[in-house]
Formats: sequence, structure tokens, C-alpha cells
Amino acid sequence: MATAHAAHDHHDHDHHDHTPTGWRRWAYSTNHKDIGTMYLVFSVFAAILGGAFSVWMRMELAHPGMQYMADGHVWNMVVTAHGLIMVFFVVMPALIGGFGNWFIPMMCGAPDMAFPRMNNISFWLMPPAFLLLLGSALIGGGAGVGWTIYPPLSAAQYHPGPAMDMAILSLHLAGASSILGAINFITTIFNMRAPGMTMHRMPLFLWAMLLTAFLLVLSLPVLAGAITMLLTDRNFGTHFFEPAGGGDPVLFLHLFWFFGHPEVYIMILPAFGIISHVVSTFSKKPIFGYLGMAYAMTAIGVVGFVVWAHHMYTVGLDVNTRIYFTAATMVIAVPTGVKIFSWIATMWGGSIEFRVPMLWAVGFIFLFTVGGVTGVVLSNAGMDIALHNTYYVVAHFHYVLSLGAVFGIFCGFYYWWPKMTGREFPESWGKLHFWATFIGVNLTFFPQHFLGLAGMPRRIPDYPDAFAGWNLVSSWGAYLAFASSMAFIVAAIWVLYNGKKVTAANPWGLPADTLEWTVPSPAPHHTFEELPDFKAPAHH
Amino acid sequence: MLTNVSVRIRTALAVTFLAALAVLALGTGTAEANQPYPWQLGLQPSASPVKEYIGWFHNILLVIITLITVFVLALLLYTIVRFRAASNPSPSRATHNTLLEIVWTGVPVLLLVLIAIPSIDLIRVSDKPPSADFTLKVTGHQWYWKYQYPDHGDFEFDSYMIQDADLKPGQMRMLEVDNRVVVPVGASIRVVIAGSDVIHSWFVPALGLQKYAMPGRLNETWFKADKAGVFYGQCNQICGINHAYMPIAVEAVDKATFERWAAEAKKRFADGGQAPLSVAEVLALDAPRVALNVSK
Repeated sequence: MATAHAAHDHHDHDHHDHTPTGWRRWAYSTNHKDIGTMYLVFSVFAAILGGAFSVWMRMELAHPGMQYMADGHVWNMVVTAHGLIMVFFVVMPALIGGFGNWFIPMMCGAPDMAFPRMNNISFWLMPPAFLLLLGSALIGGGAGVGWTIYPPLSAAQYHPGPAMDMAILSLHLAGASSILGAINFITTIFNMRAPGMTMHRMPLFLWAMLLTAFLLVLSLPVLAGAITMLLTDRNFGTHFFEPAGGGDPVLFLHLFWFFGHPEVYIMILPAFGIISHVVSTFSKKPIFGYLGMAYAMTAIGVVGFVVWAHHMYTVGLDVNTRIYFTAATMVIAVPTGVKIFSWIATMWGGSIEFRVPMLWAVGFIFLFTVGGVTGVVLSNAGMDIALHNTYYVVAHFHYVLSLGAVFGIFCGFYYWWPKMTGREFPESWGKLHFWATFIGVNLTFFPQHFLGLAGMPRRIPDYPDAFAGWNLVSSWGAYLAFASSMAFIVAAIWVLYNGKKVTAANPWGLPADTLEWTVPSPAPHHTFEELPDFKAPAHH
Repeated sequence: MLTNVSVRIRTALAVTFLAALAVLALGTGTAEANQPYPWQLGLQPSASPVKEYIGWFHNILLVIITLITVFVLALLLYTIVRFRAASNPSPSRATHNTLLEIVWTGVPVLLLVLIAIPSIDLIRVSDKPPSADFTLKVTGHQWYWKYQYPDHGDFEFDSYMIQDADLKPGQMRMLEVDNRVVVPVGASIRVVIAGSDVIHSWFVPALGLQKYAMPGRLNETWFKADKAGVFYGQCNQICGINHAYMPIAVEAVDKATFERWAAEAKKRFADGGQAPLSVAEVLALDAPRVALNVSK
């Protein structure tokens, strides 16, 4: 078994494995751990930028009137950049590229991904995609359309110049990267699991990543098609979305959300996987209702494909169409409820250690519940008349993403930190980070429910004076959350070089039954050179 | 008929949630304003049957989701206290409880079915008026609204936001417009909405109105103002640099005043005239005549 590696000294081990050095190690990397690390570092960089954009927006919104932005177009550009960066360049690279690459092979007991060289191109498509997106803000006026890039606003007539085209090409590259990554994940999980690891014995993180990969493969090509049509509308005289030529903007909305809705599950399913492992490990109990958990995620993935038009209740859909999408959307609450209750049932009867990852996991469970129930409110097409595009929606999706997916990222970060770095993250720092972030994000997003109910539209840089109070509260929350995130990054870099070293295979010392805890910490460059046997107990 | 169904459903469910309604009334009934007010917590006060229905439905939903959230929080807190390592050193190995799993799947299903009944009725009620008294056409432009009255001589006018510098005392920044849409109280109005350039959204919260103004298609919705007043809203779909600056103001007046306004508006806006016309101005026009009548 792979624990044989533990006998080797770490330094010794690198030589033994012929670890490449210098820039070649990273640029030419075909190693899943190095590629995962690059995704995580990339995601941190993008998060600093995307977070800075949100602080800029909250500064502008702290008081009525225009203070920090020249005009509405600057605002629109910042909104667009914030949304696209957070979705495509922060959450997806961290959860899917980062933790997916690091831990899919390790949980499978495989030496690497199925297609290591394709893994390299998956990552290296991301920096040019990111540069194209950033470049679009600097060239030709910028793209101020929101992350949903609806035509005709995104058409050539209303966004002339190369900025919009660059943003579209950026999405093409990011999309191609994700599709290649997803193919790699599916192949790896289907073919490279350790002997004895049947589908129904596979760790829930693998289930989550498998489903995520399927959602990516099925939804991203639709986005790619839609934005390609937009590109040809803009440059080659087609009229897919141009009413004057017989096209229809509503077609774009349908195509976009056919991708866009599965996309939100793409961002949250990996977090579901991480939370399951953390809750189980720190409660010292196996997952409650494992099969229910796996098939609840499957149900969320499947139903997630047939609810897209709930983003479009006010575009003029037929009354029966709205009734169908209302009913279908509500259905998603059922498997989501199964997950929430199963996590609590996992904790129930446990002997819970409230280490830092567990704090993030419990925070996730509660905040995701808050975001989930407002989703039930929004699922009603009739209710949506009053709430569509208001700050209520902004509050809802930040509760499930900023407080859901991002809490999942931090949870995974702290959980796997000793395995990835071989260093111990000081508990007190992690706890401070958690509480500052928890208070900050709740201050930021909870008052936005009130603003939305009162009727404040999203995507406006200035607002009627009545909205001033809650906006100021929201802004202070955002400053606190951003400050704690920056402090976390500084702390993480310090710990990386100066933190207390750990060497045990399972530094948490708790019963974790996944295979990554059977190899030394930090995980050596090459793991599982001998096939592990999952039939034997994984922990000792 | 639809209205009858909705009344019955409403009565049935209202009994169940009466207590909750009373609690929430405290939160929402404090202000009689037709526009947002500082530190507002809930929806704007209702001024149309659809908005009334939405408000009623939201109160029910709010009770349900609050109970669910409090329930989950209570379970979590209990678990945290009772099953922390210090108070429960030896964990159980329980991983299944079929009955429990059936309950936490089945109960949410029942709850959702309960929500779906008024929800679907609301979708139907908000879709089309029982019978429309007249039609108002709304067209979204970058960055103003054009209003057209095809049943009152087909006059049309543009409605722009009043710039900060031009605000008169008492006027609200970012909400007041030069030409308000004027409608009679109690009339069912069919609203036909289109976009002339990019997508906009005609959103008037107090009247329970929101529909995208899509280029290339006509969308339809309806409203009936239950009370006199000015109801404010804003464009609610990103539409370019001045998206934030194309508010909506709907003024509901009594039928006679509306007819008087419509007659004057037909003259004023004939041949593309755009000088703003307010209800107050129309009433002022009538004032000398009233005085004349008295002196005669």
C-alpha cells in the first residue's frame, strides 16, 4: 500500500521521483498535484481582483450619488467583470481545477489523471482567458453588459469595438478549458478507481465531481454555441438574436440559462462533496444516508437541467410555461433538503471536534439553508414579479455562492491544507478568519433582502435616497469580509514557509476513510505507484 | 371565475396562517408611502389586486421559510452543544434510519404542494385582466420610457427622469419624472410593453407590475390601481450607461380628472409636442373656469 512511502524522507523522495525543477515543473506540468496547485494559486489571484471589484462597487453604493465611478458604464463594466471573474476564474478553478485535480486521483487511488497532458492544456487555457477578460476592460470602452451578456445590449450596435468580442473569446477559452477538464475527470473516475471501490463505495467528493463534470460537458457547449452565434451576429452579419433580421433576443436568454442554471450547480456540487467529508471526519462518524446523499446530488444535477426559465419569468413566457418552471424549480428543494438533513444527521450522535474546517462546514450548512429557502420564494413566478432582478435575488445567489461555494472552498482549503503543504495552519488564525468572514458576509448580504423587497433594482450605481441605510450596512460588511480574506491570504503565505511541519499521513488524527489520508503529508510528487486495495480498511 | 377560485384558496389558506399575518402586518403596515422608505424591511404597500395577492403570498412564504430556517438552526445548535466531543466522547455508528429519510423527503414535498396551490393561482391572476377597460402602450428606450394611449386618441409622450439639479423641493431624487403616466383609479388597464433598442424592464413594485420590454415582441400584462397616488419604479434590466436613470412614475387619479387630463394631453402631445403635462397643471387650467362659474 501507498503508506510504504511514509518510510521515505520527503527530500529524498523528490529525487527518487525525478521531480522536474524550475519553470519547467510548472509550465510543462502533467502532474495532477502541481496542476491543482496552479489552479488554486490562479484562483487566489483572480479572487483578489474580483474581490477588489466588489469592494469598489460597495464603496460606490455606500452612499447615494456617484462618488468613485465616472459614470454608469464604468459601473456596468465592474459588475460584468466581478460576475465573470468570480464564476469562471475563482469558484470554478478553486473547486474543480484545484481540489478536483488534487484529490480526484488521490481519492481514486490513482497515480494521476487519465489524460495528464490534456490536464496541462486545461490549466494553461485559463491565464489567456483571464487576460482576455481583463484586456476587454481596457480596450475599446469595455463590456458593460452584466455576466449574462444579453443581446441586443451586447450586440455590435450597442457595444461596438473589440471589448465585447474579447469577453466572448475569453468565455470560449474558459469553456474549452472546463470541458477538457471535465472529460478528464469523468474518464479518471470511471476507469481508475482502486480495486474494490465500486460506484456505491466511492467517496462523496468523487460523486460530486463526477456529476459536476457531467453538468459541464452537457451545458458548456450550449453556452459556447450561444456566444458563437453572438460573435457572428456582431461580426459576420448573422441575425440569430437581432429582431430586425428575424432573430430573437429571447432565444439567447434560453440558451444562456440552459447553461447558466446548471452552472450554479456546477459551482455548488463540489462544495457539497467537501462538506460531506469534513462533517463526517470531525463528527467521527460515517456519512449518514450515503446513498441518499449521492442520489440527491444526482437528482439536483438532473433536475437542474429542466428549470432554466425561472431566470426568465418576466420576459413574456406563456402562462403555462411559467407554471411548469415554477413547479419544476420547487422540486429541487427536496433533494437539497435531504442533503441538509443528512449532514445534520451525520453530526447527530457524533463526537464533534470543532476544528477550523468544521466551523466552515457548519457555517455552510446554515447559510446554504438561508440561501435555499429564499430560492423557494423566488421559484414562484408570481412572486418573482415583485422580486425579479432586485437585490433580493442578489442576496439569494450570494447566500448560495458567496456564502455557499466560497465557504466550501475555505472548508476544503483548511481541511486539506496539511495534506497539500505539510504545514499546520494555526487554529486560532483560522477561527478568527472564519468569524470575521461569517459576520462580514452576513452583514453584507442579509440587508440586501430588505432592499430587494423594497424594490431596489440590481446593477445600478446610484439609488433613491430611501435605500441608503441598508446599503451602508452592506458596504461595511463587505469591507470586513474583504479585509479578512486578504489577511487570510497573507497568513496562508506565512504559514506555507514558517508553519509547524506535519508528517503524519493523517494529521487530523481523526477517522477519515478516504485514500488521500493514507499517503504521507505533504503528499509526495508521485502517489500510489502501487495499487491500493480499497477492500482493506483504509485507516489504521 | 379565476377570481372566485383565488378567493376560495385565499380564504382557506388565510385561516391557517392568520396568526402569522398578524405578526407580519406589524412589519409592513407602518408606512403608507407608495415608494421605498428608509430602513424598509418588507414589500412596498399594495395598490393593486395583483400586488395585494403577491403581498399576501409573500407573508405566507416568509412564515414557512422562517420556520424552516429556525428549525434547521435549532437542530444545528442542539447538535453542536449535545454532541460536541466534550459531552459525547464516543460517537455512534448510525448511518441509516429509513423512516427518518422518508419523513425528510416527504414533508418538504407536502409543504411545496401547499405552496404551489396559491402560487399557480397567482400566476394565472397576474397574467391577464378579467376584462380590460383600455390599453396603455409602454416602450422602453435608451434611457427613457414612451407611453401611448391608443384608446384615448392615440397620443404619446416621453417620460424622462428629472435631473438632480432640476429637482423641486419634495421631489424624490432618481424617482421623479417630467411626464408621469396618468391612469384612473379602479380601471383595469391592459399594458402592452415593447423595447425599441435593448431590453428594459417596466417595474412598478406597488402595483405588482414587472415585464421586460423586449425588442421585437409585444409583452402584455395588466394592473388596476386600487387607490389614488403616485407609484414609483425603476428600469429593472441592465440597458447601458444610464440604466439607473430611467424611473417610472404612475399617477392614479379619479376618473373625471383622468378624462380631463387625457383630453388636455391629446392636445398637448399632438404632432409630437413634448412639453411636460402634469395633473396639477390640468387642474390649474380648469381653475379660472370654475371661478368664472361661481361669479356668474
